[in-house]
Amino acid sequence: MAINIKDPSAVQEMMKGLWRDNPVFVQVLGMCPMLAVTNSAINALAMGLATLFVLVGSSALVSAFKNLIPKQVRISLYIVIIATFVTVIDYTLLALFPAIHKELGAFIPLIVANCMILGRQEAFAAKHTVGFAVMDAIGMSAGFLIALFALGSVREILGNGSLFGIDLFGAGFEPWVIMILPPGGFITLGLILLFFNWVTERKTRFLEQVVAAEQAKG
Amino acid sequence: MDNLIWIFISAMLVNNFVLAYFLGLCPFLGVSGRLETSFRLGLATTFVLLITALCSWFLNAYVLIHAPYLRLISFIVVIASTVQFIEMAIKKLSPALFKALGIFLPLITTNCAILGLAIFATNRGYGFAEGMVFALGAGAGFTLAMVLMAGLREETEIIDMPVLVRGTAMNLIIAGILSMAFMGFAGLFSST
Repeated sequence: MAINIKDPSAVQEMMKGLWRDNPVFVQVLGMCPMLAVTNSAINALAMGLATLFVLVGSSALVSAFKNLIPKQVRISLYIVIIATFVTVIDYTLLALFPAIHKELGAFIPLIVANCMILGRQEAFAAKHTVGFAVMDAIGMSAGFLIALFALGSVREILGNGSLFGIDLFGAGFEPWVIMILPPGGFITLGLILLFFNWVTERKTRFLEQVVAAEQAKG
Repeated sequence: MDNLIWIFISAMLVNNFVLAYFLGLCPFLGVSGRLETSFRLGLATTFVLLITALCSWFLNAYVLIHAPYLRLISFIVVIASTVQFIEMAIKKLSPALFKALGIFLPLITTNCAILGLAIFATNRGYGFAEGMVFALGAGAGFTLAMVLMAGLREETEIIDMPVLVRGTAMNLIIAGILSMAFMGFAGLFSST
């Protein structure tokens, strides 16, 4: 299953997860871990990396066995594969980084229920070769990681006046406590989505203008 | 008995699954367009939560003490097959109810509130009665959040609003304000 990294389509598969098909901002998937663990940048980063491990591992396994998995029970099998990888990362984090494991708590096991992961197995890994499936998984989880990190750092900066635990503003800053509490998560994500919509709309309007100008000329 | 009442109130209001723990957001944002369907989905989810609490208690008590690392895998398999089984049973016993719930039943499997309930109940070491009350409270809280959200969304359809804001972005901001309101219930516990 060797794959040429310079192959434009493989790189495309990876890049689409970052912006055009970003799992959080565009497809609005995986909301539950997204909001629950993003009260600080470090938690967001840990969650993103754990998801990366699970998605890449299960995508590789699913696409390797895609011809052996019977159609009727495929969803259950995908879930069992995902649950296995989540158990691995759960115990690994517990052994290596007990502090982070304690912070994330029940939300590590809940990666199983992240619909983004199951969605990628069904929509992509089950139909492509291992190489492409891994590239797609890396791209998608990188997009997820970026989204988590954006939300986590905004919430930590405003809610705590710090980033990665380093104080940014000094004693004069009054932290917006609401930002690190649950409502802050909902509202911040809502505003980020709003920004994303705005950028996308500006882009389409710009493209339309370009097309119109071309037509007027030609 | 006091303890059970507190577990119920805590799961329903103070630590509402949707608005404080962000569990079950997919149906909360996806299916909350109509009041009627939201209420029905809430009831169906409550039912599945109760069955899951029963199954996870059984698994914890008799199977998982021998093999704790199988916890997650066995929970998810049990939930997926329970939902499948309930779906078949309802189809056989009450076609009318099956028609009413229809598409929502399979959706419940991917609702992280169900798995979340099993994991929380295990982590907190709940016994049988506590687990069942916890499930009932969580289901009531989920239904309440769904109905409130659906009511608000029906109202927003009448308002004149920029197209850019409509959709998920606005729903999330509404959910944020609801969540803020629910934080007020935390005062119930401050004295104890």
